[in-house]
Amino acid sequence: MNMHAQPQRTLAETALIDAFGERLSLLPGDGAVMVKRDDAIEAIKHGLPTRRVESWHYTDLRRLLTSVPAFEAGAVVKALAPVLEGSAVLPVLNGVSQTKLPEIDGVTVQRLSEKLTDGSAAPGLDSYGSDDAIGALNTAFVADGYFVDIADGAELEEPVELQNLQAGGQSHVRLLARVGAGAKAVVVERQTGEGDEALVSSVSQLVIGDGAEVTWLIVQEQPDTATHLAQFKAHIGKDAKLTLFVMNAGGRLVRQEVVVRTTGEGADFKLRGINLLAGDTHTDVTMVLDHAVPHTTSTEVIRNVVTGKARGVFQGRINVHQYAQKTNAKMACNTLLLSDDGEFSTKPELEIFADDVVCGHGATVTEIDHDHLFYLMARGIDEKSARGLLVKAFVAEVIEELDDEALVEALEARLDGWFSTHG
Amino acid sequence: MLEIKNLHARIIDDGTEIIRGLNLSVKAGEVAAIMGPNGSGKSTLSYILAGREDYEVTEGDILYNGQSILEMDPAERATAGIFLAFQYPMEIPGVATMEFLKVAMNEQRKARGEEPLKIPEFLKRVKEAAASLSMDMNMLKRPLNVGFSGGEKKRAEILQMKLLEPKLCVLDETDSGLDIDALKIVSDGVNALRSPDRAIVVITHYQRLLEHIVPDTVHVLYRGQVIKSGDKSLALDLEANGYAGVIGQAA
Repeated sequence: MNMHAQPQRTLAETALIDAFGERLSLLPGDGAVMVKRDDAIEAIKHGLPTRRVESWHYTDLRRLLTSVPAFEAGAVVKALAPVLEGSAVLPVLNGVSQTKLPEIDGVTVQRLSEKLTDGSAAPGLDSYGSDDAIGALNTAFVADGYFVDIADGAELEEPVELQNLQAGGQSHVRLLARVGAGAKAVVVERQTGEGDEALVSSVSQLVIGDGAEVTWLIVQEQPDTATHLAQFKAHIGKDAKLTLFVMNAGGRLVRQEVVVRTTGEGADFKLRGINLLAGDTHTDVTMVLDHAVPHTTSTEVIRNVVTGKARGVFQGRINVHQYAQKTNAKMACNTLLLSDDGEFSTKPELEIFADDVVCGHGATVTEIDHDHLFYLMARGIDEKSARGLLVKAFVAEVIEELDDEALVEALEARLDGWFSTHG
Repeated sequence: MLEIKNLHARIIDDGTEIIRGLNLSVKAGEVAAIMGPNGSGKSTLSYILAGREDYEVTEGDILYNGQSILEMDPAERATAGIFLAFQYPMEIPGVATMEFLKVAMNEQRKARGEEPLKIPEFLKRVKEAAASLSMDMNMLKRPLNVGFSGGEKKRAEILQMKLLEPKLCVLDETDSGLDIDALKIVSDGVNALRSPDRAIVVITHYQRLLEHIVPDTVHVLYRGQVIKSGDKSLALDLEANGYAGVIGQAA
């Protein structure tokens, strides 16, 4: 008896497999890259993950990805003014990197298409597990992006903004960065677009050298016509610090994976996330953090605002390896549920194999505090404005923690933008 | 200005009746003190005046300038000129105090058909009011009431009252948690607001506050009713003899 019969392929699965056949001749890559692409499409042929795959339990991709648009080679989109004033902008427009790029002191930028063609990008195309559907999708189709190399000891005066702007159809992009030892940088990863139905996959890969300090801000504001499947992967070296700020404020179907590993003692990771969910949308932030060496620290704070029929997910998995003594990790996920039709699922997981660690997690789901609302209204602020102030306050707390006035102001402006259209 | 007629009110959650046939009249220009033992309904009365949703009025009416306010929500009452200085002001993380003050002042101005305040004018008013209450402007850079001491919270309430210029001020145990110096500063702040077109209702346990804010009338609240009214000498009598005598007479 064969109980493992392949279920019939969905429309989306079929469309992806067909698209691969059509795109293959256009995709850059040497032999090594093409082998990885073949492996990746094989994984997709086995089917997109369903709720029976543990890490996809709350985001049944096979069911939720109902259609896949064709590539729109002719679609045009223009680079945007950066989130942080004065940033050096590196745009990927409709899946294609640009040749005219700003000079940035201490930074070397290479188009990813070149690194695919010469095969130097091949090692990074491996998936990190059998459930790595986003990695597989991206590896199969990725055509471009950037490799940003920040020199050892370089302290960037201005932020770098990587823009991945889609114009409908499909785009599959990789953004690679090496941050040299002792370097300091602020990087914005902007994910947005306009136009008709879109399928975007975007994988960012970051290697942070010893003693470096990086603030990486993912600002995802896709239109509600877009499926956005993204991955952020980082290795944090000895005494290096990474602050990753993720703001999801758009997209029809969104999954942002965060895969981080501390690789040197004294490494510190901070994840701060804001999910602003509205309409009939699905947004999933899934983190896998490996404390792989002793004496490393992390904190994760996720704040969610759920309106309309929106559904949200946060999965946070912290693995503390056997030798990773003195790990200190704290995770919190707080949700403000503003609608009876909305929902948010939180799954914290701690896998601890060391015996001398401090790890904790907490999750809350609340409504607006009625005492707070009464207090504001008792000062003459009408109910709608008072609610708006309280909801903004709930997420703004995470932003204000960033401790950099320009960053805080820019992100609060994004928040105001969202609230003015969804408040 | 304020007329409460045979008011009955209960807690919605458990149906407990707290206010049981309360009558009270306060004229413009008057400072009325409401005193009473714990559990007599003093704070409940202040919340009902401000429009808190946890209470339901089952009988009677509250008239403000001749109009019933029972159907008005807290924001409408506030813009109409009713202000409650809370016994326990809420700490609201994430809401900047200055932003809150600006929104509150401008919402009230908007409701009255006035232009929003320009930033310099707003800052000038806040600075003047803060100085008169010996408040450090740095305090106002923090989130609303967060990390304020008990005394600082009370000062912040009076600061809001000064800035919003209400017509009916209700002070719920504003003296609790204040040391003598702070009590003097807060009382001076309240006294500065006394005016012929404004009524002030001071709710307190103790005579102490009434040495600084001298009332025109004193009302004793017990089991949800005003059981005795008089002038400021009634407060002195209560201080000397306790509530038992007054309660005994009423029983």
